[in-house]
Amino acid sequence: MQAFLDIFDIYLLEAVINGILLGGVLALLALGLNLIFGVIDVTWICYAELVMIGMYGMYFMVQVYGLPYWIAAPLTILLVAALGAALHYIVIAPLLTAPPINQLLATGGVLFILQSFATVAFGIEFRNLGIRLPVLMFGDMNFSYARLLSFAAALIGMVVVYLFMTRTFTGTAIRAISQDRQIMSLMGVDTKRLYIVTSALGGALAGLAACLLVLQYDVHPFVGLSFGPITFLICVLGGLGNFIGGFIAAFVFAEIISLGGLFSDLEWGYVLAFAFFIVMMFIRPAGLLARRR
Amino acid sequence: MKTPRAVWIAGIAAAIALPFVHRDPYHLHILVLILIWSFAYTSWSIMGRFGLVSLGHGGFMGVGAYVTALLWNHLGMSPWLGIPLAMVAAALLALVVGYPCFRFRITGHYFVLVTLALSGIVLQVITATRDYTGGSLGYTPDRATSGRQLLALQFDDKVIWYFIALLIWLSGLLIWRWIDRSMGRYAMDAISEDEDAAAAVGVNVTAEKLKITVISALMTALAGALYCQYQMFISPDTVSGISVSLQMAFAAIVGGLYVSFGPTIGAVITILLAETLRIGFGTNAVGWDNLVYGVLLVLFIIFLPKGILGSVIEKLKTQRKPSLRS
Repeated sequence: MQAFLDIFDIYLLEAVINGILLGGVLALLALGLNLIFGVIDVTWICYAELVMIGMYGMYFMVQVYGLPYWIAAPLTILLVAALGAALHYIVIAPLLTAPPINQLLATGGVLFILQSFATVAFGIEFRNLGIRLPVLMFGDMNFSYARLLSFAAALIGMVVVYLFMTRTFTGTAIRAISQDRQIMSLMGVDTKRLYIVTSALGGALAGLAACLLVLQYDVHPFVGLSFGPITFLICVLGGLGNFIGGFIAAFVFAEIISLGGLFSDLEWGYVLAFAFFIVMMFIRPAGLLARRR
Repeated sequence: MKTPRAVWIAGIAAAIALPFVHRDPYHLHILVLILIWSFAYTSWSIMGRFGLVSLGHGGFMGVGAYVTALLWNHLGMSPWLGIPLAMVAAALLALVVGYPCFRFRITGHYFVLVTLALSGIVLQVITATRDYTGGSLGYTPDRATSGRQLLALQFDDKVIWYFIALLIWLSGLLIWRWIDRSMGRYAMDAISEDEDAAAAVGVNVTAEKLKITVISALMTALAGALYCQYQMFISPDTVSGISVSLQMAFAAIVGGLYVSFGPTIGAVITILLAETLRIGFGTNAVGWDNLVYGVLLVLFIIFLPKGILGSVIEKLKTQRKPSLRS
């Protein structure tokens, strides 16, 4: 019992707090995916691969070209935003009227392309930024600055998106489109332009996530597969297109992964998260915050 | 499109006669791969044609391959018993994930994402249990001692594998035909058009969907187990995970998933393409083959959404009856 209390006191609290910190980045990823889904009604299967490309962007700018982190980060965000817009323009736009399944699989093809592009261009070695941020000691608990910084930046990013969506004309138009697609074009809104803007915004969020994740994880061509599935689970659990639901679900999942990882391997944390997800589907099939029909 | 019986018989006879005429091991190897994957793709399209797009089939395939191999290596259980058990395990997994999905009307994007997560999770489980499964390094079924090869379902002769694969592939086509002519097919057609309307006319939506999903999962697990027995090496990336699931969906779509031969055509095209690219680019350019593959797939979905065979058949039909669309 005493041993259990020892674990409970320090490691559990540390895991809970680390879970919250992880939740911030996951929420950021889920927000980007939800935004695309809510407005364009398309799911980017390759979303995590955009993040991967962004992480490579960071790696090359910082490690190879020697740019400071603070300059490389905005450049990476711009790069991935451009990539997101290009993805919409080249792949999604011709398929807007196609069955949803075809749109989805086309982005799945892009997943293949991005993964193999990274393999061809950068090789399959694990690379990292070479920046080692100090560790914050608080009591007996350790928190890496990388995680604290990620959490703070993710929150700031989400607030910026919130302000953009509520305070600007373009943001209002985007929210209106997600409510009624047909009517908006009748109101004289250029939906094509707004789709591009939304895709760029989704890409920018992926870019921001890339800048933060690269501080904590090594980058390799298949890194997207390690957090892609969990992002999809979060979006479905929160209700696709439901921003607040996705936000809450991100923290719930992050806690499960973090606590599961405390008692066993990290992979089992993911498995637990999935089991939890299946159970939740029985209880709240249309997402955490869905109104009961 | 009705194929005359004579064409069928002639085709099967030619397929059986082939290894007696032409025994090049590499060509036979490619043929076996095409037949096994055709079976897997067919099992995917059995669901896919009714709008049940699953990206969880990588999971079912991984369960089929790994359960069979693990039972053989750790318990010494013959694949003759292990494969049915693996298929049952995959079917149970399909039930556990499928039931809440269908019961609570999780369709479209939601269904795809849930199943996508499923294949990701199976990959994670295989990697997490690396003490037993070898993790991402892959896993090899123990070689059977001589004289026990039949028991272990391990054959060195590619001709035997060719016949096994041919038999399985044919049974896949028969299952397709059986479903195509069953009442369930009409029920599923109705469901894919409008779920509420189908339920209103008395179709048990959940049960029908579950039935088709379990059949598909059983077949996919069988394909995985056979692939494992044939290759004698499996790794999480080749039999489970998102990329395998996507590969299945793509091949079926490239071939055309509304016709019985579509997935087979898809397998022929994608495997020949992958092999040509692999040989063409050589081993020092890993990734190029997948890059070209991915680009072609995206182009296919944009320009030929009905698949190659589907488009050809449609063209033939419209030429014959210009005023009628199928």
